[in-house]
Order: sequence, then structure tokens, then C-alpha cells
Amino acid sequence: MTKSARRAVAIAMWVVLAIVMIGPILIAANSPYLSYRNTAYIIGGFAGIVGLSLLLIQPLLAAGYLPGARAITERKWHRWVGTAIVACVGLHIGGLYITSPPDTLDALLLVSPTAFSVYGVIAMWGIVLTAALVILRHRLGLRYATWRLVHNGLAAIVVAATVTHALQIEGAMESLSKWGLCLAVIAATGATLIDLRLIRPLFARRRGWRNHGSDARKQKAGE
Amino acid sequence: MKSPFYNRRSFLLSAGLASAFTALEPVGLLSPARASGLAPTRSMRGGSNNYRPNAPMVDRLGSGFWVSGTVRRAGDGAPLKGVRIQIWAATTLGGEREPRNHGSVLTAADGSFRLEMEQIVPNFGQPHAHLAYDDGAYETVFLRPVMPSASDTSVSTEFVLAPV
Repeated sequence: MTKSARRAVAIAMWVVLAIVMIGPILIAANSPYLSYRNTAYIIGGFAGIVGLSLLLIQPLLAAGYLPGARAITERKWHRWVGTAIVACVGLHIGGLYITSPPDTLDALLLVSPTAFSVYGVIAMWGIVLTAALVILRHRLGLRYATWRLVHNGLAAIVVAATVTHALQIEGAMESLSKWGLCLAVIAATGATLIDLRLIRPLFARRRGWRNHGSDARKQKAGE
Repeated sequence: MKSPFYNRRSFLLSAGLASAFTALEPVGLLSPARASGLAPTRSMRGGSNNYRPNAPMVDRLGSGFWVSGTVRRAGDGAPLKGVRIQIWAATTLGGEREPRNHGSVLTAADGSFRLEMEQIVPNFGQPHAHLAYDDGAYETVFLRPVMPSASDTSVSTEFVLAPV
């Protein structure tokens, strides 16, 4: 690919990503329901929407898929976006608690009449655990292989639970844009996990064997 | 002495308490056998959320949306007249805690009641209303009917009340 073609593809990727991430938020911002809600409810609701949207870019940053950014920059951004997701969860639950303490407590205590609440709480605990492990990673002395397995496992649970939670909610988000974002989040997480944990290790191992073989041949030739 | 965080005594205590709770109301494994005939309505999960006791008697709370239902006696199913039903919901006027969204009505001779209010809008992810019977002559019941669609302009439900 020529340099200009590569640049065009990179720009197209960023534009699509921006549309899928920001579009649903803008559409929700025009929901008629917002005028019937108080500020705490609106902030709580949008914290949830922004958090869902951030779940799309988070695995892409982790894997370094985004064009035009250096890997080290993407890793740094992965950490910032992670912090932002934690903040969104806090704002989401805090805003909803101010709006209606009994409904929020019912959800947190798993006695809510709405099925989607349970998935929201699963996602919340997944994110709390992830944050705790990030902070305690070195103190716990986790090996990289273990850390990776736990972090990816939690990420998969958080994404699946969040999407299930969001899709069942009737609220400010418009249905089509919500489905689009949710499917994109699932696809991004799924593709990243399969690529990083299945395909790359497999190829790396094969290459390792081949290298090993060629090393052996070289040694032989040197004799 | 070193005492473990979780021992046999704490296990027996928590298991005992847990089984006592399951025998009691919400789960009701030990609820008394009911008289035969029409069974009383049980309170729904979340039904009492944002309840403000003694909502004022109103003719209407707005227009365009109808909350209706019937009130009957458990057992023989006789319609109950003059029973106060309290109603609240999130509408275009505001959330469930908005005082203008709370009102009470009395049942007619045939046990029916209805209240016109502003359009109910989805709240905490579902479009739903709240209704309460909480006046002491019968067991208290809190209902939380969910509308099949957010664009519905009515919701109806029924109370079967058990004498105290």
C-alpha cells in the first residue's frame, strides 16, 4: 500500500470509530425523555452511555490497533480510558442513587424487578475488581501470564454484562444506534481477545519453532 | 487465641438466620394456608419505591393517560366499594418523587377505579406505574405494573385484598 493510501485508511478508521462512539451519545442527547428528568438522572444516564462508548476504544488501545499512534501512547491511553470508565460507573450509580435511592439500592442488592439491573451490577463488580487488580498488581506479585488471563477474563465479563444491561433498558438511547454501538463493542472485544490470546501466541510459537530449527541448522553449518 | 474469620458457629448462625428469612414474608415458604377461592394479590418487587403515604384525593393529575383497575375481596371475589388506591408514576411532569405525580382515588360500587394523569414515561429503564392499597382494613399491597410499550396511553391492574 502506498503511503497516501495507508493514510486514507487510517483516517477512515478514526472517522468510523468516532461516528460509532459519539453518534449514539448525540442522538441520546436529543431524546425527549431528558426534559422530564432532573439533572442527577441525566448525568447518571449519560455516564452510563459514555462508559459503554468507551468500552469500544478500550480493547483497540490495548491491542495497539489504532493507526497513527505509537504503541506506547496507546498503552498510556488505555490506562486513562480505564480510569474514565471507572469514573463513569461511579457517576452512573451516584446519579441514579440521587434520583431514586430505593430503585438504586434494589438494583445493588439484586432485588430489583428489572432483569437488566443484575447485569449492570455484574459489570460494576467486574470493573471494581479490574481497578483493584490494576492498583494491586505489583503488590500481589502477579505473574504477567496470570495477570493477562484475569484482566482479559474480567474484560470479557464486563463487556458482555454491560451490553446485556444496555440493550434491555428503555431510556434515552435510540434503539438502532444503541444496537450498533453494542455490536461494535462486542466485535472489538471479541476480535482483540481472539487476536491477542489465540492467533498471535499460536503464530509466535510456530515462528519460535522455525527459528529454533534454523538456529540448529546454523549451528550445524558452523561446525 | 486465633479465631478464624469463618467458623462453624458463624456458619450455623448465618444459615439459621437465612432459613428464618426465607420462611418469612417475601419468600413465604411458611405462609399460612389461604382460604380457598380467589387468592390475594401479592406486592410486586419494587412496588413501594418512592411511595409517599397519603397522597391527596384528586379528580385528575393531568390528561391523556389512564391508570385503571378493580379492587376485590380475596376468597369470594366481591367488589370493594370506597377503597382508597394511591397512584404515582414518572410522567412528562417529572419523576416518581414529583408531588404532582401522586394522587389517590376511591373505588366505585363495582370495585373499579381510574385516574387520568400525564403520559407515563420510562423510568429506570421501564415504563411503569405504582399503585398502593395501604389503609389497614386489608393487607397492604404495592403494585408495579409495566406497560408493554412506552407509547401506551393506559395501564390497568387489579387488587385482590385479604382482610387483616
